[in-house]
Amino acid sequence: MSSPHSDNGSSDTPSTEGPPQERTSPLHETHTAAGASFTDFAGWQMPVRYSSDLAEHHAVRTAAGLFDLSHMGEIVLIGPEAGAALDYALAGKLSAIAIDQAKYSLLLSRSGGIVDDLVVYRTGEDRYMVVANASNREAVAQELRDRTAPFDVEVFDESDDIALIAVQGPAALSILLATDGLAADEGALDGEDFGERLSALKYYWSLPALFQTHPVLIARTGYTGEDGFELYIAPDNARALWDALIEAGTEQGLVPAGLASRDTLRLEAGMPLYGHELGLDTMPAQAGLGRVVNLAKDTDFIGRAASEEGPHPEAWVLVGLTGEGKRAARAGYPVYAHDDTTGQDAEVGVVTSGALSPTLGVPIAMAYVAPRFARENTPLLVDVRGTRLPFTVTALPFYSRKKR
Amino acid sequence: MAAEQDLKYTAEHEWLLVEGDVATVGITAYAAEKLGDVVFVELPEEGSDVTAGRVVGEIESTKSVGELFAPVDGVVAEANSAVVDAPELVNSDPFGEGWLVKVRFTALPDNLLSHDEYAALTGE
Repeated sequence: MSSPHSDNGSSDTPSTEGPPQERTSPLHETHTAAGASFTDFAGWQMPVRYSSDLAEHHAVRTAAGLFDLSHMGEIVLIGPEAGAALDYALAGKLSAIAIDQAKYSLLLSRSGGIVDDLVVYRTGEDRYMVVANASNREAVAQELRDRTAPFDVEVFDESDDIALIAVQGPAALSILLATDGLAADEGALDGEDFGERLSALKYYWSLPALFQTHPVLIARTGYTGEDGFELYIAPDNARALWDALIEAGTEQGLVPAGLASRDTLRLEAGMPLYGHELGLDTMPAQAGLGRVVNLAKDTDFIGRAASEEGPHPEAWVLVGLTGEGKRAARAGYPVYAHDDTTGQDAEVGVVTSGALSPTLGVPIAMAYVAPRFARENTPLLVDVRGTRLPFTVTALPFYSRKKR
Repeated sequence: MAAEQDLKYTAEHEWLLVEGDVATVGITAYAAEKLGDVVFVELPEEGSDVTAGRVVGEIESTKSVGELFAPVDGVVAEANSAVVDAPELVNSDPFGEGWLVKVRFTALPDNLLSHDEYAALTGE
């Protein structure tokens, strides 16, 4: 067979986009000891799988998975005008979120394209943490410095000083509650105990806490479509936290999970991946992210004028596609529509991500298609290495967890 | 199954078990590991002619697609229907139940690798 090549998700980010040297996570030795296979991701050697992509995927859907996301970028803004500065730099109104709240946002170019998609945490009255994709860390840090220069705020790229561990899956809360060493940061306790605070933590809110004596920010966020938490901690303490989570979680079904399963999980959950569904040539409205661009905001922001104008009416839009059988449509494969009157197929789009869904058992994909083919249930064809296979436009997400 | 030491290998990460004029072909454990969980296998039909170096099938994992090359000229004597029905056999037993095709060949190419040569190629 040919040398296996990946064509979606985690492993194909060109290494040339990353830093010149190969970076490793503070958890690298832990992963090696756990038998991980590694992949290059934006210049980082990160675990692609420990044993089986499918087993790791199913563990997250039924119990929990533990992910090392230390390659992500964390850029901290501190200053009395931090909120106003982010309102100008980003598409959302970040000054309006409460302390401890988080918000999904976009960094737009002046022409309205997407420089990166981000999660922004408000960690204090005059303090925010912006979490960027690893491949865009430098660009985001530079843009934030440039855009916020007129404001009374300082920008710090803290990426090398913050590790990130995610616990994702229905057992995530129970595992965190059982983890030795996790405790409330006394200043944030307000009389309630840590377990109550953690259990009550809402989606896209965070809780400053301690692991042993070290600060850890616990956020109820994730990228898998399941309940779960993301834990931000200093690299020196990441290994002890990882080990404590494994120790508490193993009996509840927690397994370490790699980027391969993270990609199929986020695809089932209909979540876009930068470089696939999102990029400089894509406007948020095309990607179904129009709601993230706050045009009601009473202040200017970079990309506002272009966003108000919107994409060209014929610009391709993001859809979900569901196929039959077992053959996946993969990134880059062309999408066709069959015209019954002429008997011809016309190229009307392109696949941006695709896989055989481990949960649903059928091929699923995300694709950009011409707007008139974007309606649900529209029959389309995807050219899978020379064979045109039937797919149907499907509402995103493909998979939603049962809400309790 | 035969001992891995007794198999022949190709630089495309396939193995051959040669018995008389029939070669049983599969992919190596190294290749299966690199692919990840195999979820779909497409094999050539029995009786079809194959030419060494040409693509005759596909092995898809959740993450990627690998092409199956015919390692020899010949005729497909048997395709492993068990692996089509249960592609995970490629991961669980790549040198045994995860075999892919049996080819009745006319001559073996002279660029097949020994176990040691293949091990040197993969660095394992």
